[in-house]
Amino acid sequence: MSDMPMIAISGVNKFYGIYKALSEVSLDIAAGEFFSLLGPSGCGKTTLLRSIAGFETPSSGDIRIDGQSMLGVAPNRRPTNMVFQSYAIFPHLNVEENVSYGLKRLKLGTTEERRRVGDALDQVRLGHLGKRRGHELSGGQRQRVALARALVLRPKVLLLDEPLSALDKKLREEMQSELRALQKAVGITFVLVTHDQYEALALSDRIAVMFGGRIAQVATPKELYQHPLTRLTADFLGGMNFLSGKVVESAGAILSVETDRFGRLGIAAAASGGRPGDRITLGIRPERLRLLWDGERADHELQGRVTNRAYFGETTHLSVRVDGLEQPLSMIETNTYGADDLPIGEPIRLAYDPDAFVALADDETEDRIRKLD
Amino acid sequence: MSLLKPSRWRVLPFYMVLYLGFLYLPILLLPVFSFNNAAATRFPLAGFTTKWYASLWGNREMLDAAFNSLVVGICVAVLSTGLAICAARAVTRYRFRGRRAANGLIMAPLFLPEIIVAVSLLMIVLQVGAELSLLTVILGQVVFCLPYSMAVLTAGFDGFDRSLEEASLDLGETAFGTFRRVTLPVVAPAILSSLLVSFTISLDEFLLAFFLSGTEPTLPVYIWGQLRFAAKLPGVLALGSLMLALSICLLVAAEFLRRRTERQLSTGAASHV
Repeated sequence: MSDMPMIAISGVNKFYGIYKALSEVSLDIAAGEFFSLLGPSGCGKTTLLRSIAGFETPSSGDIRIDGQSMLGVAPNRRPTNMVFQSYAIFPHLNVEENVSYGLKRLKLGTTEERRRVGDALDQVRLGHLGKRRGHELSGGQRQRVALARALVLRPKVLLLDEPLSALDKKLREEMQSELRALQKAVGITFVLVTHDQYEALALSDRIAVMFGGRIAQVATPKELYQHPLTRLTADFLGGMNFLSGKVVESAGAILSVETDRFGRLGIAAAASGGRPGDRITLGIRPERLRLLWDGERADHELQGRVTNRAYFGETTHLSVRVDGLEQPLSMIETNTYGADDLPIGEPIRLAYDPDAFVALADDETEDRIRKLD
Repeated sequence: MSLLKPSRWRVLPFYMVLYLGFLYLPILLLPVFSFNNAAATRFPLAGFTTKWYASLWGNREMLDAAFNSLVVGICVAVLSTGLAICAARAVTRYRFRGRRAANGLIMAPLFLPEIIVAVSLLMIVLQVGAELSLLTVILGQVVFCLPYSMAVLTAGFDGFDRSLEEASLDLGETAFGTFRRVTLPVVAPAILSSLLVSFTISLDEFLLAFFLSGTEPTLPVYIWGQLRFAAKLPGVLALGSLMLALSICLLVAAEFLRRRTERQLSTGAASHV
């Protein structure tokens, strides 16, 4: 990776009338990175992707690709190619003709063109279906054609707009690992838009989480999942138990927080900081709480009662009521030892790791900070 | 629901045969009598002949009328399809004030009594002082054919996924190249289908042509004129059979094209937002 980012987005705003689709978006994406834009529908992730492709023009700000400003550069002159959500396979052309569509303009000569089309189709394992038309292909195959058609032009950046959302679960998981392998093989910068947090976590080198036209956090999947900055981000990325605590001491970046049932916890300060006396929100992921069976002991234990149970095959999701806590705690237990057979109302003990808590900024607070900037 | 109960199933095939017979037997009589070796159209048949068809070739008036119909049909097909392409593209692609109203007004001639339209057009032509000619027939029939073209093209354009054009731009093609390599080929079957349908309708159309054609009759007007002479009836039947065959071929071709487009487009655009 060179020092210069492949994509440099700086201060991009996009208005539709008075509706603000993108708000002061700044982002650097490195060459060769698999980068995901993650967020709920309407958060601006697709608008941002389409701005990189050139189908939307930012109201202000700049997008540079490989050092060159893309302001006023038409989509057909950008070093990007896109895989559309609908795949947009040309219905009047067969698979090979679809893939060679963009090559025709390069005037490579028949042999070279054939070779590149063949290579691209082999790459997505569609070599045997070259003569088929779009409507004769399955969803997964159409997706591969769209991939091959974009990759055959050897773009600097491949843009993927919810490419897996139309596939069923099994196929989606297959295509995820294939997509990841493909990206490693070709080494091209991938920018993926998705609303599926598991997809983003499984595929990406880094993820930008977006809400309401803003970027809330950019981090690696693990960092994002384990140390979300705000309550909204934490919630969007998976289950989270929220509880409130009172800061009793602030020593550098470590806060000492008094909680209702979990005792005094030492926690890395959230972006919003915290002075002694402040009430802050804490979070702990359901899988960081562990059920204790008879005879098991842990340094940090709590007692509660099972109030609800949902069976998910390999795991069971439990709701546990702990006296003194406003909300029941959710837990995820693997079904190795029979968590799926716990009766409702059963008294249980659970263990927690005091280091697994994170301090979360409220999103209003975060907004205020952004405005002050 | 009660018709679908097993005990009633036997009634339905009978009804269907009756229905089809009522609909198509009279039309079948046309080609049957056109090969009948007798001037009168009654049973029993008097033997096979093709002389009525042969007689058509020597018939100067008939050939003129056929040529007129051809000219009118082609002009009407091109004009109504051309206008409908613009309208259908606007209606399917853009959201604008009055879109539904515009669409409704274009489709309305479908439900207006044709004879009223014909009389109104005749009045206007006479008011303006223009001469009745093939041109007036063409203009009248365009109004009449436009809804059909519009229906065929709207269906075709509706299935057109806008991201196809974006994909083409994204792959490096210019706006004009995109129109030539993607837009046109994808909607071509719908356009061809519209051409065929409007040509067929024009070919068979009688009322407007009768009112607006002046001294140059189209085929249906010519046939109407010939019906007064009993001796010429078999020739008319032969001519009618040919027109019938041609119409069926054209409509089958149009429908085939329409279905093929639909099938191709239905998969490409399934989930576009």
